[in-house]
Amino acid sequence: MSTFVYMTRCDGCGHCVDICPSDIMHIDENIRRAKNIEPNFCWECYSCVKACPNHAIDVRGYADFAPMGHSVRVRREEEKGTISWKIKFRNGTTKDFVSPITTKPWGKFIPKLAEADKPNQGEINSQRLYTEPEGLNIDGELPSVPKDSFKKGVYY
Amino acid sequence: MAKHKTHYEDCDVLVVGGGMAGTGAAFEARHWGRDLKIVCVEKANIDRSGAVAQGLYAINCYMGMQWGENQPEDHVRYARNDLMGMVREDLGYDMARHVDSTVHMFDEWGLPMMKNEKTGRYLREGKWQIMIHGESYKPIVAEAAKKSADKIYNRIMVTHLLMDEEKENRVGGAVGFNMRTGDFHVFRAKTVIVAAGGASHIFKPRAVGEGMGRTWYAPWSNGSAYALPIAAGAKMTQMENRIVLCRFKDGYGPVGAYFLHLKTYTQNANGENYEKKWYDHTKELVGEYIDHHPTPTCLRNHAFIQETMAGGGPIQMVTTEAFQDPHLETVGWENFLGMTVGQAVVWASQNIDPKYTNPELTTSEPYVMGSHATCSGAWVSGPEDLSPPEYFWGYNRMLTIDGLFGAGDTVGGSAHKFSSGSFTEGRLAAKAAVKYIEDQKAEGIKVTDKQCDNFKEAVYKPLENYTVGQNEITGGTVSPSYISPIQGLQRLQRIMDEYVGGIATNYMTNANMLKRGLELLKWLEEDLENLGAEDYHQLMRAWELKHRALTSQCVTEHTMFREETRWPGYYYRGDHMKLDDDNWHCLTVSRRDPKTGKFSMEKVPVYHIVDEKEKKQAS
Repeated sequence: MSTFVYMTRCDGCGHCVDICPSDIMHIDENIRRAKNIEPNFCWECYSCVKACPNHAIDVRGYADFAPMGHSVRVRREEEKGTISWKIKFRNGTTKDFVSPITTKPWGKFIPKLAEADKPNQGEINSQRLYTEPEGLNIDGELPSVPKDSFKKGVYY
Repeated sequence: MAKHKTHYEDCDVLVVGGGMAGTGAAFEARHWGRDLKIVCVEKANIDRSGAVAQGLYAINCYMGMQWGENQPEDHVRYARNDLMGMVREDLGYDMARHVDSTVHMFDEWGLPMMKNEKTGRYLREGKWQIMIHGESYKPIVAEAAKKSADKIYNRIMVTHLLMDEEKENRVGGAVGFNMRTGDFHVFRAKTVIVAAGGASHIFKPRAVGEGMGRTWYAPWSNGSAYALPIAAGAKMTQMENRIVLCRFKDGYGPVGAYFLHLKTYTQNANGENYEKKWYDHTKELVGEYIDHHPTPTCLRNHAFIQETMAGGGPIQMVTTEAFQDPHLETVGWENFLGMTVGQAVVWASQNIDPKYTNPELTTSEPYVMGSHATCSGAWVSGPEDLSPPEYFWGYNRMLTIDGLFGAGDTVGGSAHKFSSGSFTEGRLAAKAAVKYIEDQKAEGIKVTDKQCDNFKEAVYKPLENYTVGQNEITGGTVSPSYISPIQGLQRLQRIMDEYVGGIATNYMTNANMLKRGLELLKWLEEDLENLGAEDYHQLMRAWELKHRALTSQCVTEHTMFREETRWPGYYYRGDHMKLDDDNWHCLTVSRRDPKTGKFSMEKVPVYHIVDEKEKKQAS
């Protein structure tokens, strides 16, 4: 599929331009609205569809293998923490799905490491990473393997 | 030239690429390097970039050590078996022993993990996979990177690494351009962590025309993970080990949850279990490797390919049984919506409701990457406590260039790390990079303006080529003086497809084909000096193509070097159809001389650091 933009809904805000991982959503200088400049580099990732505040972007399945008359619409609501999908088949069958996108207030439980406890020299010289070994929820230290057990070459 | 402004940024840790590995690196670097300047450069927007831009419905690498589900050595056995014995077990073990702490952080940060209602543990999809509602996986990890890094640059494509001019073989930073402003950016850095993407679109994809972007791996993964270190003269490993995926037809929707959780299975058009039919044939090629459990991914592909060539297709996934359960039906659909929406679009468009129809499967075109069931990438040092002497030179995940580190797709030999393992590898590389700086290894780095200016001239040359070439012709896309990025890309894809084991030959190649492929790639390399780009967006495509082409040369050299068929189902050497443990139970390592452009190859021993026996699982 590839994305396209409805003329009457797009106000040229550029959210899609900012987010597109493939850099293919651009503002058309004549009509001051967004468009997909390179449909053959679209991964149908829906990043632009989800980011559009006006629901102006939709997707039409790739011309080379998708018959027309279908749609897969999405609404991502960050405040509610959900994403909702509506799938419509060519024959009119519909299916609806809703999933959570986060379990916590956005970003609140992600630490600012510049303000966390500083690591000591022992930790710096060890194999531990941040939160370890506690963060592994295991008894004792990080596992390792004695080097004298290594075998070289064909093993099987 | 003069119209492109140059910006300079000096930093301690430069992270190239803000995907799963890059966000892990940027995040962790701050913990160990409190006063260091940490900068991350991303080609797109870090909130939706890399292979996980679209989301994921599973975390494919979680040990569950806290519940005794798996230990790191179990994962080493699993990855080793799947890759027909050829992995860096030290790197795999190291990733596996840390990956649980990464996943526990994701849980803490708000990533919705599905839970097993009876046990309260993470819901297992398979032995290694846990299920998540991961639509916002990438924005969540991006938030962590933003909180740690001093600065994140979006929309800058890094084109080259800078080298120190004071001390031989030491990195000095990286350069690139901003595709919005057109400005040139010089990052002078004490350490560089390459966390860029693997390579889609180097082999011709099955999809054509408008659908060309529907590759399995993201079309924006353009092999910078490899081209940046290769161009700088770093050693690479296992670049012949490209991967072919068995996926739902057209949309390349994932099959993991279908096989493992929904318990769907494959059959040929006559409703037969075709895998059994090809057992004896496969045993002829690979010996007892076919008896290993689970059956290696490539060997399952092999049966699929043989059955299709023998006229047994289309191969189908039997979904009509599982989808009668409404819960499993929901899982089946949400699995796509969470990570490959395109497959849902294909099924909607073709009225394929898996409750009533068994959908078709296909084998994809090959990809080169280092994080899935494959392990192409840079030759890096392992951790001190796990690595034999051939695998250790001071700093974990450091390439063969001082101060240059890798993570994710960049790192070769560490297969089956997936999203969580790539983030973990970024963390490992970041800690090592900080240690390298604290050990005073990065003192007195000299990067002259001359080096930067030379790169600057090269970076903008495609714009110049286009401007000059356009004046020669009345219009259109045909010029005797330049080729466009898409024209060059399609030429690359055809060479790789027809000579290096793509879909055109059912993944078959041989020394003669590879030799011809290398000749054609050399001419392409020369012609890429004449790439023409009409704007900054096309300039990005031009550099993506140059990175893909360099990666392809390395892949072809490696494929030529390994004179056996180690992974039937990924590719075949028709002149050496059998697996050959006597001569090739080893890792392949290459180096491209940056001055001459010539590749040299060597064999390096493979070490098995854990034994074969399976421990009894506590779960």
